[in-house]
Amino acid sequence: MSATETIQNGEEREPAFGFWRRSYAMLVKEFIQLRRDRVSFAMIIIIPVMQLLLFGFAINTTPRHLPTAVLLQEDSDLGRSILKAMENTSYFRFTREVHTVEQLDELLQSGKVLFGVEIPRGFERAVRRGDKPALLVAADATDPVASGTALGTLGTLVQSALAHDLHIGAPPEMPFEIRAHARYNPAAESRLNIVPGLVGTILTMTMLIFTALSVTREIERGTMESLLSMPIKPVEVMFGKIIPYVMVGFIQAGLIIGIGVLLFGVPVLGSLTLLGLLTTLFITTNLSIGYTFSTIVQNQLQAMQLSMMFFLPSILLSGFMFPFAGMPVWAQYIGEGLPLTHFIRIVRAIMLKGAAMPNLRYDTIALVALMLFAMTIAVTRFRRTLD
Amino acid sequence: MNDSPTSARSDAPSIAIDVKGLTKSFSGREVVHDLSMQVKRGEIYGFLGPNGSGKTTTIRILCGLLTPDSGEGSCLGYDIRRDADKIKRKVGYMTQRFSLYQDLSVRENLEFVARLYGMPDARGAARDTIARIGLKGREEQLAGELSGGWKQRLALGACTLPNPQLLLLDEPTAGVDPKARRDFWNEIHALAAEGLTVLVSTHYMDEAERCHEIAYIAYGHLLAHGTVDEVIAKSELSTWLVTGEDFNGLMAELNGKPGVDMVAPFGTSLHVSGRDKAALETAIAPYRGDSKWHWQAGEPSLEDVFIDLMGRSRDNFQG
Repeated sequence: MSATETIQNGEEREPAFGFWRRSYAMLVKEFIQLRRDRVSFAMIIIIPVMQLLLFGFAINTTPRHLPTAVLLQEDSDLGRSILKAMENTSYFRFTREVHTVEQLDELLQSGKVLFGVEIPRGFERAVRRGDKPALLVAADATDPVASGTALGTLGTLVQSALAHDLHIGAPPEMPFEIRAHARYNPAAESRLNIVPGLVGTILTMTMLIFTALSVTREIERGTMESLLSMPIKPVEVMFGKIIPYVMVGFIQAGLIIGIGVLLFGVPVLGSLTLLGLLTTLFITTNLSIGYTFSTIVQNQLQAMQLSMMFFLPSILLSGFMFPFAGMPVWAQYIGEGLPLTHFIRIVRAIMLKGAAMPNLRYDTIALVALMLFAMTIAVTRFRRTLD
Repeated sequence: MNDSPTSARSDAPSIAIDVKGLTKSFSGREVVHDLSMQVKRGEIYGFLGPNGSGKTTTIRILCGLLTPDSGEGSCLGYDIRRDADKIKRKVGYMTQRFSLYQDLSVRENLEFVARLYGMPDARGAARDTIARIGLKGREEQLAGELSGGWKQRLALGACTLPNPQLLLLDEPTAGVDPKARRDFWNEIHALAAEGLTVLVSTHYMDEAERCHEIAYIAYGHLLAHGTVDEVIAKSELSTWLVTGEDFNGLMAELNGKPGVDMVAPFGTSLHVSGRDKAALETAIAPYRGDSKWHWQAGEPSLEDVFIDLMGRSRDNFQG
């Protein structure tokens, strides 16, 4: 049957099954285009697999083996037994031993440990005397999910572990008191934790996309040819494209923090200037990464997909949604490579813990390193010719 | 300034473009083959050839947008491989497709270019250019909203704004009306008169005839170059002009006859051409007595020559 049939009056009749034929034509074309776009094709596989793996293996909402520092004011058998018992609960992992209260505070403030345990001087003797002395446990409660379970079960778990360890039946009463102190967020309000984290998450999302499209847009619109024929260097193109968005990001950050403080009562305990400076650094790091994507991909769709692929692990592995310390080591390594991880530590530390620069040195250096790394790739990847 | 090529400028009339043996391939397909050319300063050099013949690629190599696979040469005295940055400062390149920012106004586009070249008074330079290209009153219009002719003027304005010494124009008049084309060429001649060298690619024969020198390129090979007269003379093509009635019948009969290489109607006359003069005369002898037609020996047109070159090159490089 021919596609068009002529009827007597010479008018062309609509071909049979016209609707399906035309839809089919469109469908065939779309399939061909999809097959040519290798990146899109890869995303179809990578995004779901990545999500499944991350949620399945990396995320743990009842985290265990949380980093804990110990301050031993006396060296006693009882003290060691208690520490052993704590470790046996599997919630605590002793990573540091300190000698002063200041050192303990510093570790907590910088986020290097989530808990600090202090066994005071004369503890064992006080127990023997039946004075019921206090064992001090300080917790970083900025992330209530991370510290909550461990703190909640501390008393009973240590008691039973201790009983087991000392080969005595469960004593009717604890011979000492565990005095837990949830620092920085004593009421365990999740918004205190989420608002600072949102500053980083929102900035990651918006900044990445701004610059991820910037170079591909020039190529797609044909303006790149003209631009390349003029005397401008790759670094100059990069700075020119990044700097305007630093200001955009700064306004965005100000908006989120402002609303957080005014509407949700989130405190800013640390220096606002330091917060502003490090936020600018974080914005620039994200813009550099977006710009790097833009020099790698071929079109704007791919740029969006790549940004998406970067954003997903950023949210899941940075400690924004789920406790960082609760993730397996491999996931923590990936997390360390994401700028959001470092910024979330910085922003929580400044806003909720009043941390100052010395506490944030490591995360600041990490952000600078990631930024320079991205910029170097971008500048070397930027094609100065149309070859 | 250290980077002005004083040595090149002193031995005037010097050469603006001097390249040898340029070759460029894209994924195994050779687009430019062993191309050598020289363009004198202050000259308008026409670049002709069919679509896909390598014109754009050659222009892009000259301004440093592409690196040749082999070959060497200089542009304004600078090495095309090593000094791309210096060449870019002195060369204005007008791309085939409009490549200024559609979402920027006329003035904003020109100021952008002026700033990129580090001109001290970007606003002033843009204002002067707007006046020169006759876009006054349209300064604030978005470039994307301009008609084809105005876009082309803006593009020319943008690439002449930084006072280049060499203009590379890639099919600048494609899709532009005849009046705008004529104005455009007048502008180019005025610029050349001021000492600017212009390399312009085109498909239009009348534009080729406005050039001081032309080069014909097909399948990446430079097939002929020189002034229009030289190219026609070198073609060794004999042409007869036929006037009269019923060309169609005559065309059909002559086509493919030994000695007749080309038959093409030109308005009221028919051009019958052949490379072998004697063979052509033998072929047309039977028709010359017919009173329907008037035969006259004439000059081949530039188009005849190019079509012939194209046919020959196809035989040579594609067969």
